[in-house]
Amino acid sequence: MSQWQPLHEIADNVRAGKLKASELVSRSLETISDKAEYQAIIATMAERAKERAAAVDQQVAANQPVGRLAGVPFIAKDNFLVYGAETTAASNILRGFMAPYQATVINRLEAEGAICVAKANLDAFAHGASTENSDFFVTKNPHDKSRVPGGSSGGSAAGVVLDMAPFAVGTDTGGSVRQPASFVGCVGYKPTYGLMSRSGIVAMASSTDTVGVLANNIEDASLVIDVMAGKDELDGTTIERSDQPYTDLSGEINGKKIAVIKEYMGEGLDQLVKERINMAIVKLKNSGAVVSEVSLPSLQLSLAVYYIVCPAEVSSNLSRYDGQRFGYSFEGAKKLDESYMKTRQHGFGKEAKRRIMIGTYVLSSGYYDAYYKKAQTVRTKLINEFNEVFKQVDFLVGPVTPTTAFKIGENTSDPLKMYLADVLTVGPSLVGIPAVSIPAGLVNGLPVGLQLMAPQLKDSELLSVAKAAEGIIS
Amino acid sequence: MATLTREDVLKLARLARIDLSDEEVEEFAGEFSAILAYVEKLHAVDVDGLQPTSQVTGLTNVMRDDVVKDYGYKPKDLLKNVPRVQNDQIKVNRMIG
Repeated sequence: MSQWQPLHEIADNVRAGKLKASELVSRSLETISDKAEYQAIIATMAERAKERAAAVDQQVAANQPVGRLAGVPFIAKDNFLVYGAETTAASNILRGFMAPYQATVINRLEAEGAICVAKANLDAFAHGASTENSDFFVTKNPHDKSRVPGGSSGGSAAGVVLDMAPFAVGTDTGGSVRQPASFVGCVGYKPTYGLMSRSGIVAMASSTDTVGVLANNIEDASLVIDVMAGKDELDGTTIERSDQPYTDLSGEINGKKIAVIKEYMGEGLDQLVKERINMAIVKLKNSGAVVSEVSLPSLQLSLAVYYIVCPAEVSSNLSRYDGQRFGYSFEGAKKLDESYMKTRQHGFGKEAKRRIMIGTYVLSSGYYDAYYKKAQTVRTKLINEFNEVFKQVDFLVGPVTPTTAFKIGENTSDPLKMYLADVLTVGPSLVGIPAVSIPAGLVNGLPVGLQLMAPQLKDSELLSVAKAAEGIIS
Repeated sequence: MATLTREDVLKLARLARIDLSDEEVEEFAGEFSAILAYVEKLHAVDVDGLQPTSQVTGLTNVMRDDVVKDYGYKPKDLLKNVPRVQNDQIKVNRMIG
């Protein structure tokens, strides 16, 4: 059990003067310090967090209104621009970068009284599934220090499970919130593409980048989603949010049509994980869900599509790191071109270079049609298959990852093997639908996550059924 | 199957403006061939009559009025992360000569 109460209770207690924001922030910072050996955190922002907590406490004392997350500490993945600490995206090229403005979603959380206490580790630029691609250090899995916490939001996920804060924000481009949530055993929610503003977040693959939440339970996640969601003039891809609060969860599962994805239960899935997922599905059925099986044949191609589309967009987004305007700059270059070449050689880690180069290849003249355009067209095929299936059923279900958390170093020598960690999470990302990982028990002491998906914009419905499911299966 | 040679990798590195060490060139040549072999399974997929998707929620051109909005940022603060500044301007390396 978490040392933290549900978020709405923490805020209620702060508002009623029963809990002080300053005490909550201190408790959070102490836990971060006590559990430093897991290396979940890149930097704390103690000074600013304490100032903000004092301000919340003063507002309460003066009977001024405080928000729905009053005094609630949280952790931000270090690819969110936040005042008060460096924003590095765990990359050497952004070392020392101080956010000149703040991410829209952080502004929205702060407006409701939430307090960012620390920046969490990730795979540099969110490229990875283990935090092993961080240019700084590897985060350890809270259940077994010899294993990875998943990634790329591995520090955020581990931070929640280690009780460093009651929730964390991350980004999910191909599974980077759901996969670590599954590996460490917390809730990981990826909303419909476009529901959250990405303004002030280090861009990775813009056609699938989303902001997600890592939390102890669905109710907490839904409150954070409700605070962050909605259009933002600073991100042209944002869409209208629901006019109903995302916190109105009926928690009803009886009669809901849930289909098991056939392609997710086949080859490559660890036998014990499969048994655990099947057990969870039986429990959903016993609680009244109408369970069936569907086939989405193009899902087997989704990883290939993703590893063309993602590097292509990465190569474009990372072209801004040129050593001239911000970030690391190679000293001693005589000419501009040399400065670009050397800055990017020394500033980028191996995975960033790998993705930039593959992206450059699939976008280059002569290969664009065969790779990039073909991948985007197969993406259409995948979207069509999901649309067809969602005419018949309300939700889709399956595992989040084919295995439990792997050993540190196990997959680092083979990038393709590492990419396979995303095989069950990239599909929903390419289609832009919401998906969530909820804890479904342990296999040999390691957490397993159940993945639920819904059609675009059905975030409220997904959160509601996920709330029912977490009560049944965990 | 696409096999990338040393020269292919060097050409890509040049296009991407990244200097690579000799070891990196060797390593990437092997890895990229394997990764491309994996994604080449798409070549055989029948996509007759389908259009490519680059935006999943159906948004097209998102317009706004072209007006200056003051967010309260000061030029000095915005220039703090710039490696080389002169007279409140970003100084870049020499391009020609």
